[in-house]
Amino acid sequence: MKTILSNEQLQLTIQRLSHQLIENHYPFTDTVIVGLQPRGIFLADKIVNSIRTSYPAVKLHYGKLDITFYRDDVHKELHVANQTTIDFDIENKNVILIDDVLYTGRTIRAAMDALVDFGRPAKVELLVLVDRRFNRQLPIQPDYTGKAIDSILSQKVTVDWEKPEVILL
Amino acid sequence: MQLSTRHLLGIKDLTAQDIQLILDTAAQFKEVLQRPIKKVPSLRDVTIVNLFYENSTRTRISFELAEKRLSADTINFTASGSSAAKGETLLDTVNNILSMKVDLVVMRHSASGAPHFLAKHIPAAIVNAGDGINEHPTQALLDAFSVREKLGTLEGKKIAILGDIMHSRVALSNIYLLKKMGAEVTVAGPPTLIPKYLQQAFGVNVSYNIEETLKWCDVANVLRIQLERQNQPLFSSLREYNLAYGISRKLLDSLNKEIVIMHPGPINRGVELDSDVADSKQSIILQQVENGVAVRMAALYLLAGKRSEN
Repeated sequence: MKTILSNEQLQLTIQRLSHQLIENHYPFTDTVIVGLQPRGIFLADKIVNSIRTSYPAVKLHYGKLDITFYRDDVHKELHVANQTTIDFDIENKNVILIDDVLYTGRTIRAAMDALVDFGRPAKVELLVLVDRRFNRQLPIQPDYTGKAIDSILSQKVTVDWEKPEVILL
Repeated sequence: MQLSTRHLLGIKDLTAQDIQLILDTAAQFKEVLQRPIKKVPSLRDVTIVNLFYENSTRTRISFELAEKRLSADTINFTASGSSAAKGETLLDTVNNILSMKVDLVVMRHSASGAPHFLAKHIPAAIVNAGDGINEHPTQALLDAFSVREKLGTLEGKKIAILGDIMHSRVALSNIYLLKKMGAEVTVAGPPTLIPKYLQQAFGVNVSYNIEETLKWCDVANVLRIQLERQNQPLFSSLREYNLAYGISRKLLDSLNKEIVIMHPGPINRGVELDSDVADSKQSIILQQVENGVAVRMAALYLLAGKRSEN
């Protein structure tokens, strides 16, 4: 077991990611944030909070997207569906997808399929806390990365939001 | 999470967890149905045949729409206009259809137990869309979903099932489901239309007095008089049935409380339910139909996931 991000590093990383979004998208008039269910929501909540704390006047649209019904492995394994709440229009908006760990890229592929069913975004960007960069099975790359790590398939990255810390098992 | 069964033959075979899983999944599908594109690719690799040996409007359309919203391929079979009319047996018909690579069979039949018979003889998963006077599981699930949506929970709620209990598969499926989910159930109607041992067998209350039952309940699920299944007269006339057991505005107003009115359809207006009750704000009949699609999507999705295990 190896700690990738300690509690303190994690707070700094979330701060940096929030500021990168502010730098590129302030004042968020044409930008919306969509967290991926279930685990991406923890990170998305923190980033949205951080932006709202820095700029309380900003009206930030924040939604949650569940991709269960868009997975390509329905016939292999059944996942329990979570709630989707996107109560704003994404047509012609910049959408920032947020997830905790980018691994094979299949979740993001499904998320993009799910997203376009809500409208045609002008641009979709991807923000992840941990990028397992040598494990990709699809041509998908993040635009904002908390930390890129090299890991092998048998390892597992766990984000523990209670401590909080990120560990490699 | 998985269903404990690979077919949906009846609520009888489901556990409380299965029911919970189907209802929770249906809630997510209901959100999908509010989107601009009301379709998900989950069952792109699944082919479903809708086998209807008995007439149906809501159930058939609802299943077909649910299948299409899940991106499954569908074929529709109705007994009239098919080779069933030439004397082909049920098993032969189904085996012929399955040889064209069909994964799931949705079936309605006038003989009780027909889907259970098929389940023993064919490899595909089967969804019972109503068999004779036995069960209609997806109707009970959508009824439960609608009650849960309206009242928050099923547990401890007082549900009355009114009318032709004897010939109603909706009644039996509802009784199984409501008892498993911890609701209190009273069935009420004319003595000739209520089976004798219902109380002992299912632990439901039996009443022959509609007004008392309405005073007791939170929800009244009103059933259709199934004249097509009654081969002897069980009450004197439809008009008299309406007077003694029908639900009128006046009767509802006299209760001094607002109960929820449900009906699985098709309604015999002016027999079991008067028009000004069926079309009132208390009635959630059209919400039931709307929820039917989401509930059937959930059932099909969960069964298709189960299919791969075998």
